[in-house]
Amino acid sequence: MTGMAKYWRIALGAIVIAGLIAVPLNFNRYGLFILSQWAVMTIAAMGLNLTLGYAGQVSLAQGAFVGIGAYAAAIMTSQGMPLISALGVAVVVCFAVGWILGYPALRVQHHYLAFVTLAFSTLAFLVFRNEDWLTKGIYGISNIPRPNIFGFATNRPLPFYYFCLGSLGIVSAMLWWLIRSPWGRAFQALRENPIRALSLGIDTRRYTLMAFAIGSALGGVAGTLYAPLTQYVDPVPFNLSLSLDLLMMVIVGGAGFFFGPFLGAAIAVLLPEWLRFTQGYYLMLYAIAVILLLIYSPTGILGVLDRYLAERRTKTASALRAVAESRL
Amino acid sequence: MSNLLDLLLAGLATGAIYAIVAVGFTLLWQTSQTINFAQGEFVMLPAFLVLAAMHAGAPFWFAILIGMLLSLLLLGLGFKMLLVDPMLRHGVLPLAIATMALAIGIKEAVKQFFSAEASPFPSVVPAGDIQVFGHAVSLQSLGVLALAILAVVGLTAFLNRTSIGHQMQAAAQNPTVARIIGVPVERMILLTFLINAFLVVLASLLITPIYLAKFSSGEVLGQAAFIAAIVGGFNQVRGAIVGGLLIGIVDNLAAAYVSTQYRAAVPLILLIVIVLFRPQGILGRAEERTI
Amino acid sequence: MTAVLEVTGISKRFGGISAVDGVSFDVHEGEILGLIGPNGCGKSTLFNCILGQLTPSDGEVKVDGKVVTGFRPSDLNRLGVSRTFQLLQVFPKLSVRENLILAGQEHQGSMMSRLFGPSDAGLTEAADRMIGFFKLDHLADEAAGGLSYGQQKLLDAAMAFMGGPRLVLLDEPAGGVNLTMLADLRERLAAINREKRATFVVIEHNMEFVMSLCSRVMVMAEGRVLAMGKPEEVRANPAVIEAYLGH
Repeated sequence: MTGMAKYWRIALGAIVIAGLIAVPLNFNRYGLFILSQWAVMTIAAMGLNLTLGYAGQVSLAQGAFVGIGAYAAAIMTSQGMPLISALGVAVVVCFAVGWILGYPALRVQHHYLAFVTLAFSTLAFLVFRNEDWLTKGIYGISNIPRPNIFGFATNRPLPFYYFCLGSLGIVSAMLWWLIRSPWGRAFQALRENPIRALSLGIDTRRYTLMAFAIGSALGGVAGTLYAPLTQYVDPVPFNLSLSLDLLMMVIVGGAGFFFGPFLGAAIAVLLPEWLRFTQGYYLMLYAIAVILLLIYSPTGILGVLDRYLAERRTKTASALRAVAESRL
Repeated sequence: MSNLLDLLLAGLATGAIYAIVAVGFTLLWQTSQTINFAQGEFVMLPAFLVLAAMHAGAPFWFAILIGMLLSLLLLGLGFKMLLVDPMLRHGVLPLAIATMALAIGIKEAVKQFFSAEASPFPSVVPAGDIQVFGHAVSLQSLGVLALAILAVVGLTAFLNRTSIGHQMQAAAQNPTVARIIGVPVERMILLTFLINAFLVVLASLLITPIYLAKFSSGEVLGQAAFIAAIVGGFNQVRGAIVGGLLIGIVDNLAAAYVSTQYRAAVPLILLIVIVLFRPQGILGRAEERTI
Repeated sequence: MTAVLEVTGISKRFGGISAVDGVSFDVHEGEILGLIGPNGCGKSTLFNCILGQLTPSDGEVKVDGKVVTGFRPSDLNRLGVSRTFQLLQVFPKLSVRENLILAGQEHQGSMMSRLFGPSDAGLTEAADRMIGFFKLDHLADEAAGGLSYGQQKLLDAAMAFMGGPRLVLLDEPAGGVNLTMLADLRERLAAINREKRATFVVIEHNMEFVMSLCSRVMVMAEGRVLAMGKPEEVRANPAVIEAYLGH
């Protein structure tokens, strides 16, 4: 990458971050709620992106992991425990469940994880709904308190939004570090060429499992933020539809691209809002929009961008090569 | 004892419907690598098309004909040309996601243009009971079962005994070689989509009278068909049939003997068990380990 | 002295067809064994059976005296066995250097240390040395998918050598490579064999390549070993000539 391109990227990033901090200062309660929802969904989508976009596995249970995190937070904070302890529980439980679900399924065949996660998703929903001694069943858990961060209360929309944004920032930084590490390289190898990866000594099974478990844990993290966001948790949102929505977010944004989930979550959360003026038709329009986008670019929005940039790069590269060869 | 027989018969009847839907699902996968997440909605839609025709004044049997033609056009030809063809070269997953979006679109369209409430649907088989060995047996269950068996037998005979059926199988198993020996592969793939459209119409006519016509009925049905196809063995039509029947029976028995709260879990547990211990499905062929 | 690779009675059946039928041979340290034979005689299937991509129906494979039949490719790699592929298998979106770092990273430490220890731990230098050895310096930062076919073949071979393997199985390394690069490739392979005492088994159709590089040649036909010996002997063997012409 040339020096100029790198500066452009950093500048763009700085502008976006500044915008995310400054612009919402003028938003009303609803606008801040939607933005906070975007931040939370992005975290869940980033987890799924790790599983799908980097390790190449389809998981249909990400919604269930968000549910586990949400219920952990709801139950524990309602008992007066701090949110961070719920976070710990959610991460450990989701990671463990991910490992347990994935281990036998991956031993068997490549795409069967999809089926097992499909079943788990529905089973989790049933447990949320039926085990009312724990989850209060269909009545749900309400009046979930918002956390105190270093002494600052986050009860009002703006401080809570900054809390969500900050969490997104921390998770992003950690994921960025992971992708740049040898593990991240191995994940990319898994996606691009699992046969070669295997013959190079990369234990594809273990790395795939690890990606899936970490991705699931991130779903739990998102759930832990979801509970204080809506301040009410019932089983309804955490069914297969949420998992499918998250899958759509990852693909539409661009699977395997670091910022894909950000875009995908933005579209999934914001587009239906913008279309709300069409009333009954908005979901239909959303569905049509998604289909058209996928037909045009199955690698998602960032896929289009990447293709455009790659074409420019190869044109430059082959032009340089032609010049070099003509000098010989 | 008689209760068990009733349950088994009803289970077989529902299972036969699941089987029909699962067969269509499997055929689409085999011939064109299409995972159709909208298959449930495909079954839900034709009933509404028939109802619409009836509202416009057509008598029942004519409305069925209209519904059939529209379904062949929309869910067969239209689906293939507008959604599958442009997307297939990009791989299996984007197409699968697109069918997910399609499912949402169809569901919302029905909710918007028809109604959000459940509507009754006339049955193509007579209601009531007949006496068999001094025991009352539901005519509807028998009728559904009979029609479903007829459809499945007819389809199997078509696939295995006719020249076109053989060509379809060849196109499904090895399109490259099929092309070389002169099979019109593209036309065979189109035929598969049309057959699937026919099958979902049939399933719609059989199941809607029982569960009523509602825009949301596609979800449960789609999931049942999906599980049936996997349990039976994703790459085998026979497997889809076995899977469908099994799921139907298991589901009905679970409704009676397992708490209503966890009844829906039973087919899912069956799915997990099959995936873990016999991943190729009951009738499927084991694939060589690639990793 | 135990052979580096001992293959005894390997067979692989698909349904009723025997792709490989009772193949046995040994390879000693420092040897370059060529494996030739008409198309479809089972060479690649044999490789896949040795390397764990397929499970053999019968027979045994030993590396340095240790039984490794049916081991997964990643386990074999950690025992010092690596391979190249007939159909190119590089990571197209990663750069040349990144491809090589990836190829070498699993040979040291454990999964945990890779995450929390020093991230490149000298791998970048090793990769650069390999790049220099294969004369790919000017392409080090290019995406592997953008290289010419011949250059990708060189990269493919280089990746197999990262991690200093004892035994390398090369599947048609010369396929599709132009003449100038071919000479380079042969020279580099010979150099590694000399300097590191690495043992090779090479499948090839390019006779000249095989004859000039290999110390011994094994001929297969219809899944069985037809002949084994020095290149000149094998070339003159009437059964071998028959097998080739007969097809």
